This record gives sequence, structure tokens and C-alpha cells, in this order.
Amino acid sequence: MSVTQRTINPRLRQRPERSPLHPRKSIAMTLLMALFLIYALAPIVWLLINSTKTQSDLFSTFGLSFGHSFAFFHNVKETFTYQNGIFLRWLGNTLLYVVLGAGGATFLATLAGYGLAKYRFPGRSAYFAVVLGAVAVPGTALAVPTFLLFSQIGMTNTPWSIIIPSLINPFGLYLIWVYAVDSVPTEILEAARLDGAGEMRIFFTVSWRLLLPGIVTVALFSIVATWNNYFLPLIMLSDPHWYPLTVGLNQWSAQASGVSADPIFNLVVTGSLITIVPIVAIFLFLQRFWQSGLGAGAVKQ
Amino acid sequence: MSTVTEEPVAATPVVATARNRPVPDWRGWLFTWPFAVVFVVVFIAPLTYAVWLSLFQDKLIGGNSFVGLANYTTALHDADLWSGFGRVFLFLVVQVPIMLALSLIAALAVDSARLYARGLFRVVIFLPYAVPAVVAVLMWGFLYSNNFGLTASINGWLGHDLLKPFAPRWILTSIGNIVTWEYVGYNMVIFYSALKTIPAELYEAAEIDGARGWQVIKAIKLPAARGAIVIATIFSIIGSFQLFNEPNVLKPLAHNAITSAFTPNMYAYNLSFAGQQYNYSATIAIIMGLLTAVIAYVVQLRGSRKEDR
Amino acid sequence: MKARTHGARRAVAAIAAGLAAATVLTACGASDNADDSTSGSSANALDAALKKGGELTYWTWTPSAKAQADAFMKAYPNVKVTVVNAGTATDEYTKLQNAIKAGSGAPDVAQIEYYALQQFTLSEGLLDLSKYGFDELANKFTASTWDAVNQNGGIYGLPQDSGPMVMMYNKAIFDKHGIDVPKTWDEYVADAKKLHEADSSTYITNDAGDPGYADPMIWQAGGRPYKIDGTDVTVNLQDEGTKRWADMWNKMLQPGYLSDIPTWSDDWWKALGNGTLATIITGAWMPAIMEATNPGAAAGKWRVAPIPSYDGSATTAENGGSAESVVKQSKNPALAAAFLRWLNSSDEGVKTFLANGGFPSTTAQLNDPAFVNAADKYYGGQKVNQVLVDAAKNVSTGWQYLPFQVYANSVFPDTVGKAYTGRSDLNAGLEAWQAQIVDYGNAQGFSVNK
Repeated sequence: MSVTQRTINPRLRQRPERSPLHPRKSIAMTLLMALFLIYALAPIVWLLINSTKTQSDLFSTFGLSFGHSFAFFHNVKETFTYQNGIFLRWLGNTLLYVVLGAGGATFLATLAGYGLAKYRFPGRSAYFAVVLGAVAVPGTALAVPTFLLFSQIGMTNTPWSIIIPSLINPFGLYLIWVYAVDSVPTEILEAARLDGAGEMRIFFTVSWRLLLPGIVTVALFSIVATWNNYFLPLIMLSDPHWYPLTVGLNQWSAQASGVSADPIFNLVVTGSLITIVPIVAIFLFLQRFWQSGLGAGAVKQ
Repeated sequence: MSTVTEEPVAATPVVATARNRPVPDWRGWLFTWPFAVVFVVVFIAPLTYAVWLSLFQDKLIGGNSFVGLANYTTALHDADLWSGFGRVFLFLVVQVPIMLALSLIAALAVDSARLYARGLFRVVIFLPYAVPAVVAVLMWGFLYSNNFGLTASINGWLGHDLLKPFAPRWILTSIGNIVTWEYVGYNMVIFYSALKTIPAELYEAAEIDGARGWQVIKAIKLPAARGAIVIATIFSIIGSFQLFNEPNVLKPLAHNAITSAFTPNMYAYNLSFAGQQYNYSATIAIIMGLLTAVIAYVVQLRGSRKEDR
Repeated sequence: MKARTHGARRAVAAIAAGLAAATVLTACGASDNADDSTSGSSANALDAALKKGGELTYWTWTPSAKAQADAFMKAYPNVKVTVVNAGTATDEYTKLQNAIKAGSGAPDVAQIEYYALQQFTLSEGLLDLSKYGFDELANKFTASTWDAVNQNGGIYGLPQDSGPMVMMYNKAIFDKHGIDVPKTWDEYVADAKKLHEADSSTYITNDAGDPGYADPMIWQAGGRPYKIDGTDVTVNLQDEGTKRWADMWNKMLQPGYLSDIPTWSDDWWKALGNGTLATIITGAWMPAIMEATNPGAAAGKWRVAPIPSYDGSATTAENGGSAESVVKQSKNPALAAAFLRWLNSSDEGVKTFLANGGFPSTTAQLNDPAFVNAADKYYGGQKVNQVLVDAAKNVSTGWQYLPFQVYANSVFPDTVGKAYTGRSDLNAGLEAWQAQIVDYGNAQGFSVNK
């Protein structure tokens, strides 16, 4: 972009770097920022390198160098087949929780955020205050009572005990609310109402498309949160067949300890790597959306 | 898709819910009720139950009995709780500004369009956010190891044991590093998005006025990011008070430095799950929730007051 | 469920039960269950349950469980056993506690380490198996493991394995530094100093502060810090035996002769493999595990020796080891008890366990010459089991764990742990631990040190 604009405005050639609209790329700054890159990547690089080592190599070679043999594919295969392929089951569970939990959370947050933004209904400010207040309450305050409540109705150790609590995303609600205020002009709603459309129909035909970047942003954050959910499943689930990947990996890691130890660190490392891949892929894929979605939301206070 | 409508003219019959009439609009509940219902189940009900629990004591010998506010009185004098609180407060005061400053710098750098491969920077710096805490601690746990990790190499080069990430003096810093690593990218994206919405006209005006680099940042970019900074601060404060995942997963590697009451959340967790003291645990959690809410509210007030000025 | 027979059969069975109880070689308390059940009829009850069949859930983290369950299901095709790894040790206990408190979600049979058993019997979560005639099984097990499951006159589980403490040492390192195998703790301490001064990257052993390690060490030194009598608890972590261990350990902790690598960590395995740690004081289950893991290809370098002593006697203690118990919530207690009986006291159940690397608690296996004389190539051809079996015979008696040991262990790092990180006096740390234990016990309704 910078080249064409420079030729358009010849004056700027005399003011080379500092113009805010037409900056010149700086190698110095890039190198400085490369430190950030190293910081962000170092642990992940460690993960990559160590997923190629065998169990005994893990115990005998320096962390950031490769082992004596390249065991990556063997590790991957073993990760998926260990204990009758329970890793695959954990992967499936995580997908289930994400699709239903994050999907449901996004849907609920979008509906409610839209309602808060576009309708001045009685109880609105109280509604909003209570929901945001919820963010301040520590997860542990709710964990045990939720567990005890759920066990009264026999719902612990089921996927619902994970999915239902995931359906509430207060930050998502806030994002949609803020985004909807600007991106869904009330004039459009008025016009549609004049045409005789009901509120719900307006939402599902008109409004949601305008909200799309915000929706995708909320979806993305919900997906990450549900994918990485650890504490709640840890308490709720006692049957490993329902574990998500995080809890499963933790169990494999803990297996190295105690009287009946059976260390499988190489599987923990490889499993961790596999766990990260889908989320990274989703980020890259949905990049455009979440950036513009967050933008409008964050600015307006 | 977006049609431009004319300004509603007085001659047009005004439909009931006009912008200029404060009529209660119940239609909002059409959209907000599903969230509210689940919210009650998932949040209000357990919270009420937690408050209920906090008024009782269930002993291993002697069973359940109503004790009123006795748990709260005990909590007020509980050294474990308040030292844990002090610790997360210290953590907050140090880690949050550092992390947000780094995020802001990164956002400004990426926004300045002066970086090569800025798309790469955006994605890579955000990457750690995608990593679950369990995995993040695993990775950093290795790097911190003074026997076979990066710390060992650095100490080796320096010739003596300078870095001791698991020592009690340094453990909070080590945890702070992990948390910063995890969230710098996330906050950077929030700030960057705010910066991206600055209209080009502002920059053009600045250019005409002869403003350069640092002046532009001060006059245009930072004010535009203010709202985002306040939000990010509030969420970071709340996150700091709720610190649990990282110290808890790190505990096996540093279990003498990380005590069972290291943070208030860990205290509440261990009270429930190691000590079977569910009632007292609920009390602690409620106290912490109240404190967190108050502090977050105060920050939000100060933040928005500055904005209105 | 119990088929009560009448008449002569019952009388004979009662006498048989009484005789069995009398011939028990253990220090177990009141096992006069003759009035409660008749062994003949309870055995019938269990066999009937096995024939009838049903489904069981078994929570455990032992690697041998799946093989054992498969063998069991082959022998009793009407029964389906689902093996679930609900977590290791405290992770599983948390879930079990939660399920017991919530009243649902618990398994039929659960693995519980000896030190944690009392906490579960106290919360009345476990089934007293004496009504199924389990008291007759007493003489199949070693005295100390039976002690652990026999509490308050009831039998709350069957021992699976045992962990009499021994010392494993890296012969290659000892030879390199000209160290003889220490037989007393004084020698051990002297060796610690010699080793570390010769090579500052090598340590005699590691101890990062671990209650599961401290308690058996106190036990071996003759300490009996916990005394339980109903709801009266006496805690004295400064009694003679405890101080004996603490003072001796201080001699290595304070000058820095002990490595602070946490046991079971990645680093620890590496240290075992590359010679950083010269010995480990551990339970009899460790040699099989080390062989299976083979860290750093350490084959042939390690040997097993008796644990050093304070006074020349062969006294040792138990480190770890678990039992399996039937959970009261079980919907099929007779079937669960039958499975448990097979699991830990039948020849086939125990054999399968051993084949997967366990160390037995059953006297039959411990006395089996084939077992005792097996030479282990991994340990340079040493007859490792001889050392282990001798240790099993020399576990000193009279040890009691707290009724809330799981909690006590959770606050060990907060208290004694500080002495480890600060390399200061362990006795002060033990006193702090005691204070917390007393506070908790009293808050929970016990009468501690009153």
C-alpha cells in the first residue's frame, strides 16, 4: 500500500519515515519485536522437539535438542492407541463439549446481547449488572455447590455436567451488546417492523448477519475456553470415558507417580501437541472475523 | 443489505416503540430469557447454595449444624486467607501492568505497519492463548528445571545458580511469567482491534498538523485505546484474584514453595477437596468474590470517569 | 443376600470361623465375628452372587487391573467388571469422597492406599467385610498389611500389595567413589558427606519433602506419633522415634547433601538414570517399576539392599501399598465382595497381579521359593526378592495413621516443607505440622491432644 500512496503524494517523499499514514518498515523494530516471537514460541518449540523423543530419551537427553531416534510418528500412533484408543475418545468428548457448549454459549450470548442492546426493557440494567457481577465470582465458589446440586439430580459424571455450565459466557454477552449497539442500526429494525416482521424474524433474517463479526469473535473465545476447560471437568467427571483432553492429559501425567507408576511422558508431550493443533487451525482460519469483531466492541465505552 | 432509511418525518405515523418515548419494551425479554434461565441454573442456584453452606458446619464427628456467621468470623482472622490475598494482590500490582504494557507495545508495533511480516507477528503472539494451562505449565515446568532445563543451561553458562524459579522467593515471578506468556497475545489483540478502528481522517489531520511518531501515539492512539485498556485491566484484575490453574498444576514440581493456601482460590479448593471442609470453603469463596467485585467496580468507575473528562 | 442356614451346619461353621480367627498370626484386634456370620454361609452367599452375575465398577490405578479383570471375567462369565482409572491416589480419593458425600457415583470396589483407609472407614463409606467371613483370610496376609485393613473390629478391605522399605543403590556410583554399602544410618550420613564432597553434582539421595516418605521413616525409627482411640487422638510429632529420624536427617538436609529433586518427576527419572542419585530409600514395589521404566538405560547398575538401621536390627516400615475395598454405596455388595476376594486372595488373582510387576502382601507368595530365589538380570543377577521378602518379615508393628491422614499430608508442604526449602531444622517443621493437625482435628469434632 505504501508504494502507491507515495507516488500519489509526491510531497511525502521528502518526509520519509515518520508520517503516520505512510510509515516505512523498520528492520530495527522488527528485530526488537522478534524477541516477542521467541518468547511466545519457545515453549511450543520445546513441545515440538520433545514429541519426537522416546520415553527413555526424554529422561536422558537435553530438553531442547533432539533424541537419539526420531520417534514422532511412533509417538503419535501410540498416543492414539494407548489404553484402547482413549485419546481419540477424549478428542471426541472435547469436540462434543465444544460444539454443544461453545455453540450454545455463543447462541445464548448473541440473543441476550442483542436484546440488551436494542430494547430498553424493564430490568435491563439490573440484568446486565448481575451478569457482569458473575464474572467476579471465583470459579471455586461455584464448583462444589454446583457439584453437590448436580449430584442430587444424578447429573454428575455425564456430559451435561460439563456442557450446561459452559453455556454462560458473560464476556461474550458484553461483546455482543457493545457490538450490536453500533452494527445494527435501529433504523433498519424500524423499517423491518414497518414491513410487518416480528422481532424474532427480524433477528434471524436481518440482525444476525450484521452481528456476524461479533458472533464469530464470541464463538472463537468460547471455543478456546471450552476446549481448554480443566477445573470443572476435573471435579464433575470420575469416569475417564467422558474426560476432555485437558483432564485426560493430566491423568496420563499423574500416572508417572506412586506405587504403580507407569510413566508415559512421551505420550503426554505428544498428546499436548495434538491438543493444541485444532485450536491453532481455527484461529488461523477465522482470523479476519475476530479482529474486526473485537475492534468495534472494545472502543465504545 | 443495509438500506438507508430517511429520517422519520413527523407526518409518518409513529409506531409504538419510538426512540423518543420511554415506554417499557418487554420484547427485550424475548431474546434475553434463554440466557437468564441457564444463568439461574448455572450461577444463581449454586451461589445461593454456597451462601447456605457457609452458614453451617459439617464435622467428621458430630455432623451438620447451623452456625450463623461463625465461619465468616473465623475467616476474618484466618492468616492463611489474608496472606493468600496479599499474595494475589502483590501479583496483580506487578504482573498486570507489566503484561498490559507489553501487550500495548506489541499492539502499537503491529499497528504501526512498520513491521515486516506483521501478520505473522499477530498470529504468533496470540498463539499462547490457545494453549491450555495444563500444557503451558508442563512446558514452562521443563524450561524452569534446574537439572535438565533451560535454567540449568543458563546457570551453567553463568557459572553458578543464579536462576531458581522454584525457590520460594522466585516462585511468584515464575508463575507471573507463565501467566504473562499465556495472556500477552490475548490483550494485544484487544488493543490492536481498538487501534484499528481509528478512522483514517484523524491520521490525515495529524499529518497536516505535522505530528510525528510519538506524538501521534500520545494524541490519537492511546486515547482511542483507553476503553480497551480499562476493560483489559478489569479482566486482568479479576483473573489475578482468581489465580488457580497455574499454581495448582505447578504444585507437584514446586510443592514446598506453593502451599495449599498459596492463593485464596487454592485455599478454597483444598479446603473442599483435601480437608472436606465444604462450608468454610464456601465462606472463603464468597468473601473473595465480594472483594473482587468491589475492586473491579472501583477500577471501572475510575476508568470511565477519566474518560468523561 | 445372605443365605442363613440353620442347625448343625451353622454350628460347625461357627466353630470353623472361630478356629480360623484364633490361628490368625496377626495383631489384629477383635475379630470374634462368630456371632455375626457363619463362614460357610457367607462363602455360599459370595458364590451364589458370582453365579448370578451382574455388573461391577472397579476404580484403580494399578497397571495389572485390566489383566486381572479379564481373567476374572473369563472364570465367571456372568459378571462384567469395568475397570476405571479415576485418578492416582489423592485424585481418586477426592472423587471417592465427593461421591460418598453426594450419595451417588461411587464405584463398587475401589483401590485405597493403607494410609488413607481410616479416613474412609470413618466417613462410613466402606463396607465391613467381616459379615462375608473375610476375617478368615487374615492368615493369608502379612501382619502389617492386615493391620491396615482391620480397624475398629471390622475388616474394610483386602491388602493387595505391600511396600516394606529397602534401599536401592547405584553400584556403579558406589564403586566409582569407593563407598561400601551402608548398614547403619551413621554410615549412610558419612557416605552422604563423602559422596557430595567428592562430586558436587551427585547426591546420596533426594528428598524434596514428602509426607508419604517422612511417615514411614518416622515409623522405622520407632516413632509412633499418632495414637487413635475412638475419637480421641493424640499427636506427638516430637516423640523419641520421630526426633531420632529428624535429627539424623537434619545431618544431611542442613549441609545440603540431599538433592531437592521431587520424587516421580521427570528430573528424578533422569537422575536415576545418569547417576545423580546414588541411592533411594523406597518400598519393595520400586525394583519392578524401575526395571519396567528403565530410565536412561540404567540396566545392571542398580542393586537392592536392606534399609540402614539405627541400632543394627533389621527393622523396617511400610512405604505405600494399597488395599481394595467395597464401597457401601455398592448396589451389589455380595458380588463386589466376591470379586474382591478373588482379586486379592485367590491364587489366580494374585498371580496376575505379580505378573504385572506388583509386590505381594500375601504370605503364600512371599514364602514361595521360586519367587524368593528368582535372579534378576536387570539388577546384575541379584536375587532381589530375597531382600524384599526379608524386609516384609521385619516390618515393625503398632503404627497407626490419622483418621484424616489425607488432609494431614496435604498440609505437610506448608509446614515441614518450609524446613526443606530453608534447609533448617526439621523438628521445628514437624511441630508446625502437629499444630495444624491438632487444629483441624478439633475443628472436625475429634478430641485431639486434650
